[in-house]
Amino acid sequence: MKSTLKKAGYSKVQKQVHDVFLQFTSKIVFFIIILFAFKLFFAGHYTPGGGFVGGLLAAAAIILLMIAYDQKTVAKMLPIDFRILIGAGLSFAAVLPTLSFLFGTPFFTHQHTYINVPVFGEVALHSAVIFDVGVFLTVAGAALLIIKLIAEEDA
Amino acid sequence: MTTNILALLPILIPLFSGIIMLFMGKRPVRHRVVSGITGLLMMLAAAFIVAHVFQNGTMVTYIGDWMAPFGINLVIDMASALLLLTTSVITFAVIVYSFQSIGIEREKYYYYVMVMFMITGVNGAFSTGDIFNMFVFFEVFLLSSYVLITLGGKKIQLQEGFKYLLVNLISSNFFVLGLAYLYSVTGSLNMADIYLKLENYDGSLVIMTIIAVVFLFVFATKAGLFPLYFWLPGSYYAPPMPVIALFGALLTKVGVYAIARTYSLFFIGNEAFTHQALLLLALLTIVLGSVGALAYTDMKNIIIYNILIAVGVIIVGFSMMDEIGTIGAMYYLIHDMIIKAALFMLVGFIIYRTGKADSERLGGLIKRHPVAGWMFLVAGFALAGVPPLSGFYGKFFIVQSTFDNDHYIAGLIVLISSLAVLISVVRIFMNVFWRGDMDFSTLKPIKTDKLLFASIGLVIVSVVFGLAADLLYPFFEMAASSFHDPASYASYLTEVE
Repeated sequence: MKSTLKKAGYSKVQKQVHDVFLQFTSKIVFFIIILFAFKLFFAGHYTPGGGFVGGLLAAAAIILLMIAYDQKTVAKMLPIDFRILIGAGLSFAAVLPTLSFLFGTPFFTHQHTYINVPVFGEVALHSAVIFDVGVFLTVAGAALLIIKLIAEEDA
Repeated sequence: MTTNILALLPILIPLFSGIIMLFMGKRPVRHRVVSGITGLLMMLAAAFIVAHVFQNGTMVTYIGDWMAPFGINLVIDMASALLLLTTSVITFAVIVYSFQSIGIEREKYYYYVMVMFMITGVNGAFSTGDIFNMFVFFEVFLLSSYVLITLGGKKIQLQEGFKYLLVNLISSNFFVLGLAYLYSVTGSLNMADIYLKLENYDGSLVIMTIIAVVFLFVFATKAGLFPLYFWLPGSYYAPPMPVIALFGALLTKVGVYAIARTYSLFFIGNEAFTHQALLLLALLTIVLGSVGALAYTDMKNIIIYNILIAVGVIIVGFSMMDEIGTIGAMYYLIHDMIIKAALFMLVGFIIYRTGKADSERLGGLIKRHPVAGWMFLVAGFALAGVPPLSGFYGKFFIVQSTFDNDHYIAGLIVLISSLAVLISVVRIFMNVFWRGDMDFSTLKPIKTDKLLFASIGLVIVSVVFGLAADLLYPFFEMAASSFHDPASYASYLTEVE
């Protein structure tokens, strides 16, 4: 029995299980999770949600891909250094409140307005969204970096 | 407009510098340049803040343009401004010291970034006027300090780092618990607003006393008061010298500052219990710190136990809560931050040069390093409080205040502790610099110009501070007023209304 498995190349397979079901499902589920992450992200001003939860969910979606495929595939999909992602997120979150000095208002004072878009009707534009983008990127970057470093440690 | 920007600079400058260094990646030399420039900018900004506060009184900015008791606001009174200035001076010195001592490997792994994020948290905790925001900034600097204490991954660092992490996580939990109690009683988180509400408080004193004890538990753990200092000597021994200098000079002092703020603004109803308990704990800390400082011959351990003595002395001053006591405590707080950093750096210089931490195994180093030796003696005298130097004024006012309030034993303990400090530091000096020569061929050939520049620079700052203490008296009088007369701290709220 063992020798048959060895002939079939089981020892190589064991390292990275090519589970067809998981891979196929995760292709679809990935998009659902990402869309839900963005939904939560944009919901999060008056209703529960926001950059933190959205970022965690987006990271979870990418981690699902890492489990179903492997590091290399994901690295090919997303050729970003996660450290830079954290830095970019932090700079979004820090620069935007600082810009409020230009308007002569205290730190973190936000500007908002309503505009009319043809299809959607009246849409709120709020500068806090940009801050939340920063939170989103930082959280997603940190979660991914942690998982990636732990995975590399194991190999 | 100027207050809006100026009040945020101590938080924003290190934060942005950290972010810029994150983008640079693992390039130690560029990190050095950026963090050095940041240190200079921070000193400049903090000096401006001190001047501005001195001329115009307490500086307040309402973050997000929300009204005072509802939104978060930064309130920089003179005490905060002086602490910010001292923090930036020490940060600059430690950064320069790190160039030649921390090692290229740690520099590659974002050492300076973590220092900058830690300073962001420390400065934030000093300048915020909101007690929950203070908790957030505590977490900011604690998270960075967890990284700094374990960075390098030596066995002792991981072992002590885990202890440090656990102790601080538990005490942070209790911080939130205490905040919840406080909010349930007062319905506010703004420190000045809480003061105004508790001033005419006629509810149960028992619950306020319980809250006071919970807060004391939290801040005593951070500051290293008896009996909660058990983690401090071990954890502070583990990381490399520049990190110990930062921790010893800044982190325990944030805890002391938090005790001073909360015990002057919130817990004023039952001073007979709360402030007496504080005084008792402070005295026990002094006694046990003195025992520790006299018991060891390891230079690092001696200075670490001296932290405990200093924390005790400062808390004695704050527990008196009269004008003279708080002025003395402010003097001693600022003095101790500077001189502790300087002493840690000088001890670090000796350890890096000789490779040994035990003072008994060294000797005669004055022939090779006369300047460092005499500076060490000056720093030791300043620490003990020999008259023309900076430690004297703080201790003088504190002792005077204890005698005014009939706490003669407390005054005597503070005085006797100076003797213990003097003996412990002079013993290092005698052993390391004075005795028969050690084997000079075992000295390590390292570059020491920046090590000596940073440490001697701080000793000189301390000496100048001692000589100029008379000129600086108005600053300290102003700083102490927000502790012994908390209404002056809360005045920005009453003026708005």
